[in-house]
Amino acid sequence: MFSHLLSSLSDGLVLGFVYGLAAMGLSLIWGVMAVINLAHGPVIALGMFTTYLLFYQAGLNPYLAIVVVAALGLLFGLVMYGAAVHRVIDAPHLSSLLSTFAVNMIIIGIGTAVFTTSPRNIDFAIGTLNLGPITIPLTRLVAALGAVLMTVFLYSFLYLTRPGKAIRAVANNREAAELMGIPSSAILALSFGLGTMLAATAGAFISTFFPFTILSGFPYELKSFVICVLGGLGHPLGALVGGLILGGLEGLVPIFMPVSWVPVVEFSLFVLVLLVRPTGLFGAK
Amino acid sequence: MRNLLRLGYLLPVVLILIWGLVVIIHGEDTLREKTFTLLMFVGMASSLNILLGYTGYVSFGHIVFFGLGGYFGFYLLAQHDWSLIPASLAGGAMSAVIAGLLGVAVLRLRGAYFALATIGINEAARAFVTNFGPFGGATGLYVNFSVYEAYGGASQALWSTFTCLWITALATIIASALVKGSRFGLGLMAIREDEDAAMVMGVKAPQAKTLAFMISAFFPGLIGTLYFFKNGNVEPGDAFHLHMSIELLVMVMLGGQGTVFGPMLGAVTYEGLRGYLLTSPLFKSLHLAVSGLFLLIIVLFVPAGVVGWIRHRLPITRRLLE
Amino acid sequence: MQKMKFWFLTPLIILSLIMGGPSLAAEKKAIQPAAKAVENVVIGFTASQTGKFNVESTRQIHGLSLWMDQVNAAGGIKLPEGTVVKFAAKFYDDESKKDRVQELYTRLINEDKADFLISPYSSGLTDAAAVIAQQYKRIMITCGAASDSTYNKGYTLVYQTYTPASRYLTGAIDLLAQMDPKANQVAIVYEAAKFSTDVVNYLKDYAQKKGFQVVLFEGYDPGATDFAPFIDKIPKGTDAIMGGGHFADTSTFAKQLYEKGVKTKMVALLVAPPEDQFAELGDAAYAVIGPSQWESSANYNPKAAKKLGLEYYGISVADFTKNYKEKYKENPTYHSAGGYVAGLLLQKAIEMAGSTDSAKVKAALDKMNLMTFYGVIKFDTAKAHGLQVGHDMVYIQWQRDAKKKLVKRVVWPEAAATGKPVFYRTK
Repeated sequence: MFSHLLSSLSDGLVLGFVYGLAAMGLSLIWGVMAVINLAHGPVIALGMFTTYLLFYQAGLNPYLAIVVVAALGLLFGLVMYGAAVHRVIDAPHLSSLLSTFAVNMIIIGIGTAVFTTSPRNIDFAIGTLNLGPITIPLTRLVAALGAVLMTVFLYSFLYLTRPGKAIRAVANNREAAELMGIPSSAILALSFGLGTMLAATAGAFISTFFPFTILSGFPYELKSFVICVLGGLGHPLGALVGGLILGGLEGLVPIFMPVSWVPVVEFSLFVLVLLVRPTGLFGAK
Repeated sequence: MRNLLRLGYLLPVVLILIWGLVVIIHGEDTLREKTFTLLMFVGMASSLNILLGYTGYVSFGHIVFFGLGGYFGFYLLAQHDWSLIPASLAGGAMSAVIAGLLGVAVLRLRGAYFALATIGINEAARAFVTNFGPFGGATGLYVNFSVYEAYGGASQALWSTFTCLWITALATIIASALVKGSRFGLGLMAIREDEDAAMVMGVKAPQAKTLAFMISAFFPGLIGTLYFFKNGNVEPGDAFHLHMSIELLVMVMLGGQGTVFGPMLGAVTYEGLRGYLLTSPLFKSLHLAVSGLFLLIIVLFVPAGVVGWIRHRLPITRRLLE
Repeated sequence: MQKMKFWFLTPLIILSLIMGGPSLAAEKKAIQPAAKAVENVVIGFTASQTGKFNVESTRQIHGLSLWMDQVNAAGGIKLPEGTVVKFAAKFYDDESKKDRVQELYTRLINEDKADFLISPYSSGLTDAAAVIAQQYKRIMITCGAASDSTYNKGYTLVYQTYTPASRYLTGAIDLLAQMDPKANQVAIVYEAAKFSTDVVNYLKDYAQKKGFQVVLFEGYDPGATDFAPFIDKIPKGTDAIMGGGHFADTSTFAKQLYEKGVKTKMVALLVAPPEDQFAELGDAAYAVIGPSQWESSANYNPKAAKKLGLEYYGISVADFTKNYKEKYKENPTYHSAGGYVAGLLLQKAIEMAGSTDSAKVKAALDKMNLMTFYGVIKFDTAKAHGLQVGHDMVYIQWQRDAKKKLVKRVVWPEAAATGKPVFYRTK
């Protein structure tokens, strides 16, 4: 029993870091411009496929590929912001939900035509860690570490650099920020790019241990919603904590009931938190 | 009632009436199947519009009522030998009750938070049904082919199902028009514009929202039962397509939210477009991407939808299109 | 700005007007009647050209088209009264979703005048199509649809080529009992979808009847990628792990069982192991067992048929494998064989009936009891009409050859075996 608890919980928590990383991008975009990016899942999937192509076509080590994926993710976000989000940034929620969903459809549509929906695998193993009852593939541990590094990176960017500070200012009060001479459109585009960059990076990490198709981003998008609500929409660090809570739950719940009840518990908790504390468990306001 | 006689409300009702009659008189099976899918989406989109268009609450969980209500109705059909009409009404009623219970809780949320909660409800419902024994769990429920004998053979059963669906679609449009033309509807639209102000003006927002939610949930439950009966079986995966919820939003948006005619037009156009893309050799593999591009253009450049746009451009049509 | 809106909207409105109806009328009729004595028979079906069943469905369609090419190239079927029957295919994409299956099958029957139907891939989609087939009194041969329940619904015109779910994995229990008579614990982890749930429910009953204890019986969500929670739940000392679902999830499950260092005597999983792609898992594929409807190493031939007192009909195993490889540049899997045999059975039934009349062909199918390259074919004609009762599964295992390369060997039943079974990983 105890060893089951230990192995199950550690599995869940390690994965929780990755969930957190995936959710961070969604949370950032929400926090800065109050847009829920429904193309979040497909962007994660694009991250997976880019890693796949770099690994098999260019022979790049997946961990080096992540740097390229991050750069491309940033670029993609900038383009997507300009094409689909900028015009509806001040429109009712429905508009931005639908415009990002349209991008979702476009990515999935082209992705299905190009890659089909047969699953891909990045055949890359670097061994496993054995600690008593705990057995964890190292790829997952590296991903967890990567998630922490990305969080550190994001926070240093937001708090230590000028554009980062500008992002926080715009998130806080766009009009006031504009009065202070901050080019809000450029900053919004940058934050959107950062959001998609984080999503694509998460996808790249996931692709090193799970098989994937162009549709694989969707479960992470759903989890990201749950995580953002748990951790408070708009708080990147909250997203990491939310991811850990979710991962922990996924480790704990199966000990007491069939694994298939996990989503019921997760989403019920999600709705409950929304009702009781819509700003999230760690929401500031 | 007098409101219903306005030209703009009558037009969609009459169109659906004639459409269904033509199909029934024509008596051709392929046309019926094509129309079945279209009318189903007309009903679904129009019922979503009661919440989305009039009240302004964006729900990603409309399909939950289709799934849960349909499951319940089909359960009565398959396990307790109810006949189609009472079973589908029970399915609708079940959806309305669930909406009432959920509404009390989640309608307190506003804007994007409400939208997120509905996504959560959809996933929780799907996972729940997959684990729920009486509904057959993961393998779902089915009816024996001989069940159709009670309706005069399979062919006749499908025609009866079609007739039921046609009447349901009509009822949805009439309900939509009635709501829009009533004092209750005005209250909903006041909520849509500014909920706090509406409450100050005496609109009992929580009750009104919940009632709108229940009305909009009733029809999908009914349609779900009819659809599953026609298919002869139901599995959790078919009943809770989150994707379909979003397609419904697209339809409402495309036709024009908050109008009676818009969702109907949107449903027919969207399904027509999708059907066309699916069967055209050129776009076959790219149909999803093309629909996406199309949606993007609509959202960015014509946010009021087709009906809203025509009303704006040609004021003369305003009496005709509401 | 207003002008811009106009340009976007005008085509939109025109498009929606066009979409209404004439698009159908514009379509040309697919087949032109050729000579007088030739009867063109249209075979209608939907294919999952997109969506999650894409891979399996495509193979199935490949198999079917290979059959059609061959029968037409050989001059079709000559009926007793002199007409020659040739075949043409008509199909649409069902997107791996049930939504449009009924609409498309109705269209296939009424507008494309399909004379015979082949099922879509998967049990769920087939169920929806069966209602339409039965309603219009069209014979439908199913492939890729193994659930038993379809055949308990009172259909009289639906015929199954696959060994049904109830006999899909039960052989693995027999195999385990033979490999280690002391084995008595089995953990079952399966995809919570129609087909796999059907399979494991029968498997569980069978295992318990044979004196096994089912120590874990849990379903996972279709599309699951993380199996750690299930693997953590498998008690130590479990003799065998069985289950799985479709290709993607099952191969991931196998991979993670290996990564987690699970120790057990047997791992027997659905659908994925017989695919050649499964070997890409490398070490994780080793010793995994999988049930297969058909293998290119199967020894179905006229001699084996004679032994059973049956007629052997059609192409040989070797020719099928060779022709398929030539045409599609890949090894045929059982999905391909299923597609081919569906056509082959229709061909045989039309020959037996001497007619393309559905009622006569149905009588021929009801009587059918023969061996093909795919194995024995015989349908239940009593309560579960159309259920496949003749065909048997073979069980393959991934083993290493002398050069340490992974190879697929048939290990069960013994009569068909090409290798001896090995334990999964016990230390």
